[in-house]
Amino acid sequence: MTVHDVKHAASDSARLEAVGGRLSRVDGPAKITGAARYAVEQQLEGLAHAVLVDSTIAAGKVVSIETQAAKAARGVIAVLTPDTIMKLSVASDWFGNPLAPQRTFCPLARDVTYCGQHIAVVIAETFEQAVSAAALVMADYDQAPALVELGDGTAGEIISIEGMTKEWGNAQAALAEAPVHLSAVYNTQRSAHAAIEPHGLIARWEGDRLTIWEPSQWLDGMARTYAEWFGIPFENVRLVSPYIGGGFGSKALALAHSAVAAAAAKMLGRPVKLMLTRSQNFTSYGGRATTRQTIDLGADKAGRIQSIIHRGVSEVSLEGMWVEAVGSITSIMYDTPNFSSRQDVVRLNTVLPNPKRAPGENPSAFGIECAIDELAHELGLDPLEIRLINYAEQDPHAKKAWSTRQLREAFAVGAEAFGWAKRSPAPRSMRAGHQLIGWGVAAGAYPVQRAHGEAVVKIMFDGSVEVESSSIDMGQGTYTILAQTAAETLGVPVSQVSVKLGDSHFARAGVTGGSRLAGIMTGAVHKAASQALDELIGLALSDPRLPFHGLQANTLAVKDGRIGSPRGDGPELSIAELMAAVGRDRIEAKGDTLPAGTTAEERYKNYTTIAMSIPHTEGDYSRHSWCAHFVEVKVDEDFGTVRVSRVVSALDSGRLYNPKLAESQWKGGIIMGIGEALLEEGIVDRRHGRIVNSNFADYMLPTNADIPDIQTISVGIPDPHSSALGGKGVGELGIVGVAPAIANAVFHATGKRVRDLPITLEKLRDGAEARERGCE
Amino acid sequence: MRDFSYLRADSVEAARNAAALPGAMLLAGGTTLIDLAKCGVAEPATVIDISHIEGLNAIDVTADRALIGALAKMSHVADHAEVKSLFPAVSEALWQAASAQLRNMATIGGNLMQRTRCPYFRDPANFPACNKRELGSGCSAIGGVTRGHAVLGVSEACIATYPGDLAVALVAFDAEVDLGERRLKVEDFFLAPGATAEQEHDIRPGEVITAIEIPGSAAARRSTYIKVRDRQSYEFAAASAAVGLELEGDGRTVRDIRVALGGVATKPWRARAVEDALKGKALDEATIREASELAMQGAVDHGANHYKIALAPRVIARAILKLGETA
Ligand SMILES: Cc1cc2nc3c(=O)[nH]c(=O)nc-3n(C[C@H](O)[C@H](O)[C@H](O)COP(=O)(O)OP(=O)(O)OC[C@H]3O[C@@H](n4cnc5c(N)ncnc54)[C@H](O)[C@@H]3O)c2cc1C
Ligand code: SF4
Repeated sequence: MTVHDVKHAASDSARLEAVGGRLSRVDGPAKITGAARYAVEQQLEGLAHAVLVDSTIAAGKVVSIETQAAKAARGVIAVLTPDTIMKLSVASDWFGNPLAPQRTFCPLARDVTYCGQHIAVVIAETFEQAVSAAALVMADYDQAPALVELGDGTAGEIISIEGMTKEWGNAQAALAEAPVHLSAVYNTQRSAHAAIEPHGLIARWEGDRLTIWEPSQWLDGMARTYAEWFGIPFENVRLVSPYIGGGFGSKALALAHSAVAAAAAKMLGRPVKLMLTRSQNFTSYGGRATTRQTIDLGADKAGRIQSIIHRGVSEVSLEGMWVEAVGSITSIMYDTPNFSSRQDVVRLNTVLPNPKRAPGENPSAFGIECAIDELAHELGLDPLEIRLINYAEQDPHAKKAWSTRQLREAFAVGAEAFGWAKRSPAPRSMRAGHQLIGWGVAAGAYPVQRAHGEAVVKIMFDGSVEVESSSIDMGQGTYTILAQTAAETLGVPVSQVSVKLGDSHFARAGVTGGSRLAGIMTGAVHKAASQALDELIGLALSDPRLPFHGLQANTLAVKDGRIGSPRGDGPELSIAELMAAVGRDRIEAKGDTLPAGTTAEERYKNYTTIAMSIPHTEGDYSRHSWCAHFVEVKVDEDFGTVRVSRVVSALDSGRLYNPKLAESQWKGGIIMGIGEALLEEGIVDRRHGRIVNSNFADYMLPTNADIPDIQTISVGIPDPHSSALGGKGVGELGIVGVAPAIANAVFHATGKRVRDLPITLEKLRDGAEARERGCE
Repeated sequence: MRDFSYLRADSVEAARNAAALPGAMLLAGGTTLIDLAKCGVAEPATVIDISHIEGLNAIDVTADRALIGALAKMSHVADHAEVKSLFPAVSEALWQAASAQLRNMATIGGNLMQRTRCPYFRDPANFPACNKRELGSGCSAIGGVTRGHAVLGVSEACIATYPGDLAVALVAFDAEVDLGERRLKVEDFFLAPGATAEQEHDIRPGEVITAIEIPGSAAARRSTYIKVRDRQSYEFAAASAAVGLELEGDGRTVRDIRVALGGVATKPWRARAVEDALKGKALDEATIREASELAMQGAVDHGANHYKIALAPRVIARAILKLGETA
């Protein structure tokens, strides 16, 4: 459990504290001073340390594992292998569907399907002893051929994802008839979440009750998984995750290593701590999948799109399923009478990919937003103009009105701030010395994902307020905006509110993913706080001992923590005085946004699976956040090195609950986008299926020196169809469209179109052909 | 990682004696040694901590020479006023190396002894074949991911790139390394793989680097280091060049020029063919670019590192052009 007492952080200014105010993060001081204790920093009596042993082949069988030397090593408590670790039940999937047909789940693999799969674990008294002994475990394999790269997407087992097919009009015929054509293939790379806090956990059993300290984006979902693995009631699992040092989508599921630690703790009767090494953070769970998409555009001479044909494929592991949906926003960016999009996945010997910030939308934007830029060039149109010519006034696929779409405004405001009008249209026409300068634009979108949430709000005897939720804060600001929401609803200063998050024993919450948490939780806290307020006012009005009794008023108001008549005349009491007068130690209200009559089972499903998410096109509207990025790059004419020198982004996330936090999220997304556009790539050895740059020296994340000043401008308006308080998604939007804006700017700078990410220097050098990166 | 004993040496003499023990390794800043121990590449039986030896961190620069103690920190040398004015390429090479945190920890002696970043070398658990770790075991890189590998000085045994920056500038300006009994040209201190990839440095058991000495020269005074890489900071070179230039009184004709390359060769690589082609010539861009191409004579690529063959001459040319402009 973590409490953030806002007293230390809050400013006096009511404007800052209100919903929509630029309150600084209330958890900031604890993080900066080191007082914030992360999940795996928990100190426990008798803690044993586990270190995993990983497969060094990508496919085959573990024939035998030699553990004698490791067992004999100093401090070693146990060495577990697929033969000796306890077997678990198979947990259900994201949707809560049971995963037949296996009866049991062995968290250590005998049948290897990717390089780096865990095959054994060493548990010792100290971490160093476990590391040292793990190096003594030797495995013998029966190696099988492996397919480790997506390549052109035609080798390996190909599965069509029929549910993602989108068709209207007659795309083939319209393409054939269109006077202007464009056909191109776009590739995006495997990239890692690369959170600074590695994955890991501490597991402790007390009888059949399990406590897990683990960074988590979804306490209730992961608690369900643990409960199902071990066949214990959901209530018996407690997950604690007070802070998360970055998740980006990777920390929403309990993974194989989580199961290993929990099983080892149970078998040994001791709490066990298991941390993945930095290298294992690249190999034990998947990042963003490699994708490839083909786009055919047909247009008339004026640049109006007549047809879009889109074919996408992404990699997936041999077991499990994750689709990087590269067609996810292709269908909504532009108005077209004819459209066809299909998606395949190819099974490879790789670890199961995971959602990473704007999964699907991000690579999807790289395809369509580069393609439209190419079309503009072919037609001699300004890249901004072609986007306005094809502006979609409604959702072309769902054929529904947009809830709100401030994209036109984003283009206008962004272009103005960037100075787009001064762009010289021809590629290679702007330079400073050896630097070729390019300006590029691209748009992005992210659907509004909705679900239901619940929260507890307590008004305490001393007038302080507590908010409780099992939702989490991974740096995006949940602690802060929930304090703002409760304070505003109840009429108390933020300094009187403490927010407690990150414990699955609190009021339940669904996954923190899909940029949905803020919208859901502000709604739930608002509801719970309103109920608490009603009860407080009811007490004040009905108790004959209180001065309000004779007023015959039908309501009262709370302002600055004092209760009185709405007009501010007449008697007034502080909340503490009122609570004392009526003899209550607390008023507690649990509020949720679920429809009346929701059953207990549905509630459980709502919080522990994603089965009850509400489609973004539900009802009369299609709901999305929108953005436009304007980017300047400088490309060295000799070296081919690309530096981003300016970014101006205009974004529509609806109403912002806290603009300061929203801007940080957008900028974080833009920075991640720069990394994926220019630097990041999990490079795989084709022969071994191993990622060879699984460390922070060789896996290139952008440094401060790579990031210019980024200007973000909010163009959103409150969207009543998207959330209770009018906000849309923030966290993922910022990354969508960054890579194509950069690729388009690089084209403008150099005249060279790079369709494979990342845009590294060898792809741009003049004269020399761009050779394939990776293996010879 | 395995158990090792730890010994602290308080004098060079003590360090030399201890360094002669089997399995002994010196510890200075630790940024290479501890990293390699974690990867399972370095498995010292004894770690000899030399970081407390007094007097080994001195930096003494005159117009004639720079004398830099083996324990001087990279950051101190980079920021040293006379190093900056009399040996700018040395300072610039250090500024562009590693990260601020690493430069504050790492020493000049350790820097010369850093190992290659070949990913196969650094991952013994997954790639047992590596001639640099174990001669005769083979080379996992050939046929694998070679984007960062060398195109100059390679052999069938090993194609690993020498990753450092400082030594490239040292080689350009004929620096020497002081090993006590022996004193070697830095250029000779580094060994190309040939058939014996496991030996990267001409250093013998019991030897300790105490200092490096860089002779002063007009070319060193007018010098620069250009490092090219995808990431603006904190990345090893895709290609780099240390260049020094001395012009005749006419301000155009080359009296002396020094050119060395990093990021493309198995050792810090002096490009004498380029120097010879330009000595006595009047500088113009076409001449410079043409001469710079000579650096790549004998280059051999392994596919993904092919780009280096075109890139490196451009880095040289830009460095010369930059020095020419600052006449
Ligand atoms: C992530 C990362 C990025 C880096 N990037 C760069 C870069 O861009 N450019 C660059 O040039 N370097 C780079 N480096 C390498 C860095 O410069 C070296 O690690 C550092 O200079 C080593 O110095 P140290 O004092 O820490 O050496 P240590 O780790 O203490 O020692 C390294 C080796 O040298 C031996 N040794 C140390 N001192 C002596 C001595 N006096 N005599 C004989 N042997 C000795 C040790 O036994 C050991 O084998 C990078 C390193 C890392 C980890
Ligand atoms: S290139 Fe050299 S260091 Fe790399 S694997 Fe081959 S032999 Fe080892």
